[in-house]
Amino acid sequence: MMNLLKNLIGWIDARFPLISTWKAHVSEYYAPKNFNFWYFFGSLALMVLVIQIASGIFLTMNYKPDALFAFASVEYIMRDVQWGWLLRYIHSTGASMFFVVIYLHMFRGLMYGSYRKPRELLWIIGMIIYLALMGEAFMGYLLPWGQMSFWGAQVIVNLFSSVPFIGHDLAILIRGDFVVSDTTLNRFFALHVIAIPLILVLIVVAHLVALHEVGSNNPDGIEIKKHKDANGKPLDGIPFHPYYTVKDGVGAVGFLIIFCAIVFFAPDMGGYFLEYNNFVPANPMKTPEHIAPVWYFTPYYAILRAVPPLFGSQFPGVVAMGVATVIFFFLPWLDRGKVKSIRYRGPIYKTFLALFVVSFVGLGWLGLMPATPTYTLISRILAVVYFAFFLLMPWYTRIDTCKPEPDRVTSK
Amino acid sequence: MTDNVNLSKRRLLIAATTAAGGVAAAGAGTPFVLSLMPSERAKAAGAPVEVDVSAIQPGMMIAVEWQGKPVWIVRRTQEMLDLLARHDDKLVDPKSTVPQQPEYCNNPYRSIKPEYLVVLGVCTHLGCSPTYRPEVAPADLGADWPGGWFCPCHGSRFDLAARVYKGVPAPSNMIVPPHKYLGEGRLLIGDDSKEAA
Repeated sequence: MMNLLKNLIGWIDARFPLISTWKAHVSEYYAPKNFNFWYFFGSLALMVLVIQIASGIFLTMNYKPDALFAFASVEYIMRDVQWGWLLRYIHSTGASMFFVVIYLHMFRGLMYGSYRKPRELLWIIGMIIYLALMGEAFMGYLLPWGQMSFWGAQVIVNLFSSVPFIGHDLAILIRGDFVVSDTTLNRFFALHVIAIPLILVLIVVAHLVALHEVGSNNPDGIEIKKHKDANGKPLDGIPFHPYYTVKDGVGAVGFLIIFCAIVFFAPDMGGYFLEYNNFVPANPMKTPEHIAPVWYFTPYYAILRAVPPLFGSQFPGVVAMGVATVIFFFLPWLDRGKVKSIRYRGPIYKTFLALFVVSFVGLGWLGLMPATPTYTLISRILAVVYFAFFLLMPWYTRIDTCKPEPDRVTSK
Repeated sequence: MTDNVNLSKRRLLIAATTAAGGVAAAGAGTPFVLSLMPSERAKAAGAPVEVDVSAIQPGMMIAVEWQGKPVWIVRRTQEMLDLLARHDDKLVDPKSTVPQQPEYCNNPYRSIKPEYLVVLGVCTHLGCSPTYRPEVAPADLGADWPGGWFCPCHGSRFDLAARVYKGVPAPSNMIVPPHKYLGEGRLLIGDDSKEAA
């Protein structure tokens, strides 16, 4: 039996790089031995992607991308399709948890300087994944054709119509109609289930290939490739398998416990994962009293609202919102610090990072609130803090007093 | 081998092939992009809508659907009309200089008949449909609120002539669609041609 299996693998390996791929990316991919809690989120993001694709495929089998039937087909899935409620709640919870995991994954990169040389491209590919994910989430949110679906799409598509000169036609091109309509729903469905998932999977593969080319960063922010043994293996590296497959397995189990608790006990998460207004069918004649995007978009939404119109155009707010997302791409070149990891950074960077977290979370909260003058003022202050973190970075990272980096990784 | 290569000829051929391929790709891509534009059916939709406005009670608003968008008709009372002139300094465009209305509605009331305001119920910020708040000085909108619309999405404010206030995200007054009266109380939205319907 074992011989047969061995022969089969040998037969494949003579025709396909099976063993060498396994070794290069898993069993002989040497990762730093000092990964901590924050290193769970990469593999968790991959797991959530798989969960979303699997649950999504089964949802499409009963969902109808038609303005007349979409809302009812979702209710049909919830009430009549056997276990349909579970599939849908897995998918809706997965969407929010994807962003939880991704935001923590990105924060890990900020803390340990994972975007710094030689990982700039790895970071940029990751940012493209993040943008694709936002598009995927936005288009998916239209599909249930509830009030929040409709008005959320209305607002976001209208962001594009504020672009000077071409905006009006651009918005029509996106909608395929003069208003958000059946045509819009149909094409968002196509993009949500085919186009963007395909792109996502491809760039996730590129992200992993780039990671394995340069090697993982670690909480000390130093390169393990500097110290190799006689065989050329990093002294502070351990093979991804079995060491990190086992560790990530623990993370996956912990994550799934939380995930299942949400799916079974709080699938709408008090209106944050599934907004109450979205249980009302879309009505193009009436905007709900209070609308807000889903929580993972609210930091940018708050920035959009914070910017007053200039020259009779709301384009500046749209630009500010766009810049707030795209500015992450430039982090590798904005950061001039001598060290990568927060462990060896000085007080100034730590202060700025803390302020950034406060502004991001604060803006996220404000984006969920109605636009009162007080909240708008706070949003403006936090938006300034948000941009200051990036734009002042070349200055404060240079003058910061860093501690010396260790020669070899440490375990705390 | 490489000694005999005519590099300039090779570059020319590469450039020519790239240009030809680019034109072909653009040509092949055109149908795909155009298929994303509104279909003939979508373009044909949007016939004028006729409304009987005489049944609207003074101070009340009705919404009708035209081209998939809400059109509001408000029957303004004399008190409402009197209040309109008193807050010009707080408005972005009190004189309606931006052509957000047909020429025949470019007046202080932004309407053909002062009593009836006909306006596209779409916020000029990001397309939400603002909430009608005709009451004077409600607690949440402030003591100087003379009645108007409040957009729930981003807090834009409009007065009862659908003119936008300063300091809110919406950049311009709301749009007055083309319309005309066919007779006493009979309003046609979406058509302002001179000939009788």
